[in-house]
Amino acid sequence: MNLNATLFAQLVVFLILAWFTMKFVWPPIVKALDDRAKKITDGLAAADKAKTDLALAEKKVVDELRKARESAGEFRTSAEKQAGVIIDEARVEAARIITQAREAAEKEAGAAAQRAKETLRDHVAQLAVAGASQILRREINQQVHAELLANLKRELA
Amino acid sequence: MATGHEALPDAAAHAPNASEYIIHHLTHLTQTKQVALVDWSVFHLDTLLYSISIGLLAVFLMARAARKATSGVPGRFQAAVEYLVEMVESQAKGIIHSAESRKFVAPLALTVFVWIFLMNAMDLLPLDLIPNIWAWIYGKAGHDPSHAYMRVVPTADLNATLGMSLAVLLLCLYYNLKIKGVGGWMHELFTAPFGSHPLLYPINFAMQMIEFVAKTVSHGMRLFGNMYAGELIFMLIALMGAAWAGTAGSGLLWIGGVIAGTLWAIFHILIITLQAFIFMMLTLVYIGQAHESH
Repeated sequence: MNLNATLFAQLVVFLILAWFTMKFVWPPIVKALDDRAKKITDGLAAADKAKTDLALAEKKVVDELRKARESAGEFRTSAEKQAGVIIDEARVEAARIITQAREAAEKEAGAAAQRAKETLRDHVAQLAVAGASQILRREINQQVHAELLANLKRELA
Repeated sequence: MATGHEALPDAAAHAPNASEYIIHHLTHLTQTKQVALVDWSVFHLDTLLYSISIGLLAVFLMARAARKATSGVPGRFQAAVEYLVEMVESQAKGIIHSAESRKFVAPLALTVFVWIFLMNAMDLLPLDLIPNIWAWIYGKAGHDPSHAYMRVVPTADLNATLGMSLAVLLLCLYYNLKIKGVGGWMHELFTAPFGSHPLLYPINFAMQMIEFVAKTVSHGMRLFGNMYAGELIFMLIALMGAAWAGTAGSGLLWIGGVIAGTLWAIFHILIITLQAFIFMMLTLVYIGQAHESH
C-alpha cells in the first residue's frame, strides 16, 4: 500500500462534488418535495372544505325546497281565494245584468203591449165608428155622439 | 509512460502464476513508479480516472433529476433521487441539529453515499474486463501488455478513502471552530473528556488528538479494508476458476469458481451498499460531534 498525492486529489474532488450537490442537486429536489407536501396539505384541506360545503349546500337545498313548497301552497290558497272572490263578483254582476235586462225587456214588452192595445183600441173604435157610420150613416152625428163614442172607447180600454 | 513493477518476470513468455496475477491486479496505474511507501509526487491515475468520472456521472445524473424536478407527479428517476434525498435528510436531521450546517452537510452526505456506492459497485464488474481491455490498448500502443496496470475500484485504494476521511476531518475542524469559536474549542480540547484541572490538560489534549486521528484513520481504513478484501476475494475466486485449465480432469474447480463468484457477488451487493451507508453515517456523526460541546 502506497500513500501518494492521489489522496489530496481525492480530498479536493470530494469537496467540489459536495459543493456541486449543495448548489445544484439538493435545493431543487428539496423544494419539489416541500412544494408537493404543501400541495397535498392544501388538497386535503380543500377536500375537507368541499365536503363541508357540500353538506351545507345540501341542507340549503332542502330548506329552499321546503320554502318553495310552502310559498307555492300559499300562492295556491290565495289564488283560489281570489278566484272565488272574482267568481262571486261575476255571479253577482251577472245576476244584476240579467235582472236589469229582464226588467228592461218586461218594461219594453209592457209598453209595446200597451201601445198595441191603444192602437188596437183606436182601430176598433174607428172600425166601430166606421161600421156604425156605414150602418147608421145618417143618424149619427159626429158632434152629437162624441160623448157616446168616448165612452165606448173607454169601455174597450 | 513508464509504469510497472520491475519485480514481475517477463510475462510474455508464460502465463502469470497466482502470485503474479494478484500482484498485477493490485498494482495501480501511475505516471511514474512509486518506490517509497509515501511519495507525494505520484498519482494513481486509475483511481483518479474512475473516481472523478464516477463522481461527475453521479452528480450530473442527480442534477438532471433536480433540474427537471416537479412538485407534481414525479417520474421514476426523480422519485428515486427524491427517495435518496429524503433518506439522507432524515438521517442528517437526526444527527445534526443546526439547520444552517445541514445546508452543506446534508448534500455532502448525499454525495458521499451515492459516490461511494457507485465506486464500490465497480467491484461487481468482471474482474479482468477493464484491465484486459487496457492491456490490449497498451499492447497496441507498443508497450508491454504485462505492464499494463489498471485498478477499477477507487475505494479499494487507501489514498481515495483516506482522502475522503481527511476531508471529513477538515470539515470537523471547521465546524468546531465555527460553532464553538477559537476559545471555546481550545477550552474543550484541554478540559474534555476528563475535566478541568491543570494536571489533566495534557492528558485531555492527548486524548483529543488520538480521537481525531483514530476517527479519521478508521473512517478511511474501514471502507478501504472492506473493498480491498472484497476485491482480493474476487481475485482468489478467479484463480480458483482458472485453475481447472491447468489441472486436467478437475472441472469441478471451474464450477466451484462460478458458484463462489456468484455467491460472493450477491453478498458483495450488500457490502457495497452497507459500506457506502456506513461512510455516510460516520461522516454525519463526526460532523455532528463537532457541533456538540462536552
